[in-house]
Amino acid sequence: MAQGIKDKVAILGMGCSKFGERWDASPADLMVEAFEECLADAGIEREAIEAAWFGAGIDAFHVGASAMPMAIALRLNYIPVTKVENMCATGTEAFRGAVYAVASGACDIALALGVEKLKDTGYGGLPQRSRGVENDMYWPNLSAPGAFAQLATGYRARHRVNKRDLKRAMAHVSVKSHANGAKNPKAHLRREITEQQAMDAPFIAEPIGLYDCCGVSDGSACAIVTTPEIARSLGKDHLVAVKALQLAVSNGTESSHESWDGSHLKTTRIAARRAYDEAGVRQPAEEISMTEVHDCFSITELVTMEDLQLAGEGEAVTAVLDGEFDAEGKLPCQIDGGLKCFGHPIGASGLRMIYENYLQLQGRAGARQLADPKLGLNHNLGGFPHQNICSISMIGHM
Amino acid sequence: MGRGITGFGAHVPQGRLRRAAIAEANAWFDASLKGLGRGERSMCHWDEDVITMGVEAAGDCLAGFDGHAPPALYFASTTFPFLDRQNSVVLLEALNLPRRTLAVDVGASQRAGTSSLLALLRGGGDGMVVASEHRRAKAGSRGEMLWGDAAAAVATGGGPVIAEFLGGQSLAADFVDHYRGGEFDYDWEERWIRDEGYLKIIPEVVAGLLASCHTGAADIAHFILPTEQARAPGAVAKKLGIAPGAIVDNQAAAVGVAGAAQPILLLAAALESAKPGEMILLTGFGQGCDALLFRATDAIGGFRPARGVSGTLAARREENNYARFLAFNDLVERDTGKRGETDRQTYLSGYNRRRDLVTSFLGGKCRICGTVQIPREKYCVNPECHALDSQDPYPFADKRGEVLTWTADRLTFDPSPPAYFGMVRFDGGGKLMMDFTEVDEGGIESGSRISVHFRVRQYDPHRGFRKYFWKAKILREPVSAS
Repeated sequence: MAQGIKDKVAILGMGCSKFGERWDASPADLMVEAFEECLADAGIEREAIEAAWFGAGIDAFHVGASAMPMAIALRLNYIPVTKVENMCATGTEAFRGAVYAVASGACDIALALGVEKLKDTGYGGLPQRSRGVENDMYWPNLSAPGAFAQLATGYRARHRVNKRDLKRAMAHVSVKSHANGAKNPKAHLRREITEQQAMDAPFIAEPIGLYDCCGVSDGSACAIVTTPEIARSLGKDHLVAVKALQLAVSNGTESSHESWDGSHLKTTRIAARRAYDEAGVRQPAEEISMTEVHDCFSITELVTMEDLQLAGEGEAVTAVLDGEFDAEGKLPCQIDGGLKCFGHPIGASGLRMIYENYLQLQGRAGARQLADPKLGLNHNLGGFPHQNICSISMIGHM
Repeated sequence: MGRGITGFGAHVPQGRLRRAAIAEANAWFDASLKGLGRGERSMCHWDEDVITMGVEAAGDCLAGFDGHAPPALYFASTTFPFLDRQNSVVLLEALNLPRRTLAVDVGASQRAGTSSLLALLRGGGDGMVVASEHRRAKAGSRGEMLWGDAAAAVATGGGPVIAEFLGGQSLAADFVDHYRGGEFDYDWEERWIRDEGYLKIIPEVVAGLLASCHTGAADIAHFILPTEQARAPGAVAKKLGIAPGAIVDNQAAAVGVAGAAQPILLLAAALESAKPGEMILLTGFGQGCDALLFRATDAIGGFRPARGVSGTLAARREENNYARFLAFNDLVERDTGKRGETDRQTYLSGYNRRRDLVTSFLGGKCRICGTVQIPREKYCVNPECHALDSQDPYPFADKRGEVLTWTADRLTFDPSPPAYFGMVRFDGGGKLMMDFTEVDEGGIESGSRISVHFRVRQYDPHRGFRKYFWKAKILREPVSAS
C-alpha cells in the first residue's frame, strides 16, 4: 500500500516573476527573474540542482519544444531536464515531477519551473490553436470563456439558480480577487472593481462578462525542492512540506456519458478526495487555511468551492455572497489575487499558486498576510469542464 | 399503375432578405432596382450550401417513407461546392444511404433538375432527384434581387405513385440567354429571351409532349415554368392555351428563382396542392427545354414529407441586413480579426477515418451494456462497462434532443457571431458538445429542444476545401419541464 507523498519533500526555495504584459521580457528573461529569486531563497548554487522539470503550455507561441529552452536560459549544468505539458495544470505537473524525483531518492535537490509568454500573439485572450486533427473535425470552435460559460448554464439548470443571482455571486468572486490583487506588487491587475462594474461588463461568452475572466499575461514561477533532512542541514527551519499531490484526468465520461450534467467538475471531486486522503485531511473546510484555486473564470472558482467540499452542493452562491472566501472570511481564496489578477501564463500558474501559499505559510506575504495559516491548497484545472485535467496539491508546516 | 413520383421534399433557408434592403443599399447606383424591391428572397446562412440544403430537402422527402433507400441518387445544381469531389456522394453519406446506390452529379444547366428527373423516369428505375442551388450574383445586380437559395427533392419509382409519369420530351438548343464562364453570370436582354427563347422553344416541346400523351392544354391544372421574368409564364401559357389559373406561382415573393432547383421546388409545391386526377406540366428551360407530364393519383394525399414546401416556407426569419448577406456570400472581404486567421487545413486521411462520424453522424451502441454514445471510440464509455470493440453503429442524424449547457461566445472566431455551442443530450441516449446554428438571441436555454442538421463547419479559403459537420438547431417547441 502506497504511503503517499505527505512530509517526504520540503520546499527549499521559491521564486516568481512579476506577472503582466511583459513587453520587455522574453520567456528566458522571465525564467531568469523567477529562478534568481528562487536560488537566493533556497540559498544554494545552481550546481546543486540535480534534475529539473520544465513546464510550458503552448510551445508554438513562445519557447519552442523540448526542455532545452530552460536548460539554455538558466545555463543548467547538463543535468536531466524534462519538459512537461498538461494544459493549465502544467506548472503543477513540473512541481510533481521534481517532488517525485526527490521522494524517490533519485536525487537530492530538484527544480521545477513554469513559464508562459502569452502576450506575443498580437491579440487579447488565449491564443487560438488546434485541438488536434480529429477533434478539429467536429469540436465547436470554442474559446476558453465559451467552454466555461457552459458551467454556469449547467449549474443554473442543476440547482435552479436564476441568472441574476448566479451572476451576482460570480461578480463577488471577481470583486474579492481584485481587492486582494490590489495589495500584491507582483500581480498584473492591481485595481479594485465594484460588483456593479462586474455585472454591467459586456459579455465575452454569455453569461461570462469581461470581469468574470482572468487576465492574460506573461510570467514565470519556480520551486526548488529537497528532503526535509537536507533542508534542515542547509539551515532551514519553519519547513514547508508537500502534503498531497494529486491529479485526475478525464477519461471521456463527462463528455460522452449521461452521468455528468455539466454542473460540476468531476475531476476536481475525485482529485480532492484523493488529496484529502493523502494529506490526512478529514474536514477540509475546517483544516485548510487558504486556497489558491483555478479561477480562470469566476464561475469556475464558485463551482470549485463545492467540488473541494468547501461549500455544500448547491450552496456556493450563498457562501460566496456571504463572504466566506473573502480575505476576512473563514477560508480565504486567492489571497494573492488569483488568476483573476495575475493573469494565467499557463505553464507558470500552478507554481505561482504554490508560491503564494508558501509565502503565507512562512509569514512573508506582506500586506496580505493571513493570521497563522497552517495548510494551503492549490488547484489547477486544464482543459474544459467536459474534458479536463485537475491537479490538487497541498503544502503545510511539517 | 405505372412509374411516377412517390414522394417529395423541400428546403428553403430560414433567412429571407427583404428586397427593399438590397434596393435601398444599391439604388444610388441603379435606381431601377427600386422597382424590384418587393417581397423577399431566401438566403443561405453562412453555413449552408448546395450540399447542406440538398441533405435537408432529401431528408424531408425520405421522412415521408418508412426506411426507403432509393437505389439511384441524382444531384442537380449549377453551384456545387466541389468541381471534382463528387457532391452527390457527400450527400449520400450525409443521408446515410447504402453505398451501393448509384450517385450522379448533374450540372451546367438550369435544366439539371428536370433532365435528371426525365432520365430517371425514362430509365424506369427507383431513385431520387435532389436539386439544390446557391447562386452568387454581383452586388447590386438584378440576379441578386431576383434569385433565391433553395433545394427540393422528388422520389420516383413504381408501385403506389402519387403522380403518374405520362411522358416527357426534351429539346436541345444552344440558346445562350445567359451563361457562367467565370465567377458570375452574364445575360442578354430579357425581351429577346422571352420572344426568341421562352415563346418559341417551350411551346415546341410542350406541344409535342401533349400530343404524344393525347392531352389538351386546357386539361393542365398545374403549369410550371421557372423563370425570373414575371410575365413569361403567362405569355407562354396563353400561347399554348393553358388556363392562366394553372400557372404555378414562381415563389418570387418569398424565395426568388433558385436556378436548377426551382423546377423541382415548384413541382413539390404543385404536388402539395394537387388533387387526384389533376395534370401537372413541368418545364425546365436552359439551352433547350425539358417538359414532363404527370397526373396526380388517388394516393396524392397519402404522402407527407416532414415539412414540405409550405412547412419550409413558414420557417422564416426576416433579414434586413444587406451587409450580412454580402458577407455570407463572400461578396465583400470582411475583417475576421486575428482569430479568423488560423489555418483550417483538413487532413484528408484523418477525415477518411472519421467519415462515419463527421458526415454520416454515426455513433455507437454497446452490445454489452446498451449504452448509446458519440463519438464511437474503441472502448465503451460507460464507466461500468468499458468493453472493447463492442459498439454497433448508431445513427444520430434523425434524433432529437435537448440542450444541457450552452453559451454565446463572442471571443472565438465565427462568421456570424456570437458562436453558440453547448452540450446536447439526445433522446434515446448519447450526448455531444455541438455548435448550434441560427440561434435567435434569447432563444436558447437549458432544456430547449433541438434537431440536428448537416452544415458547413469551416471554409479553408487557401485550399478551396470546406468542412462539414452536424449542428443543433433549436426547435420551436416548449422547453421541457424536466
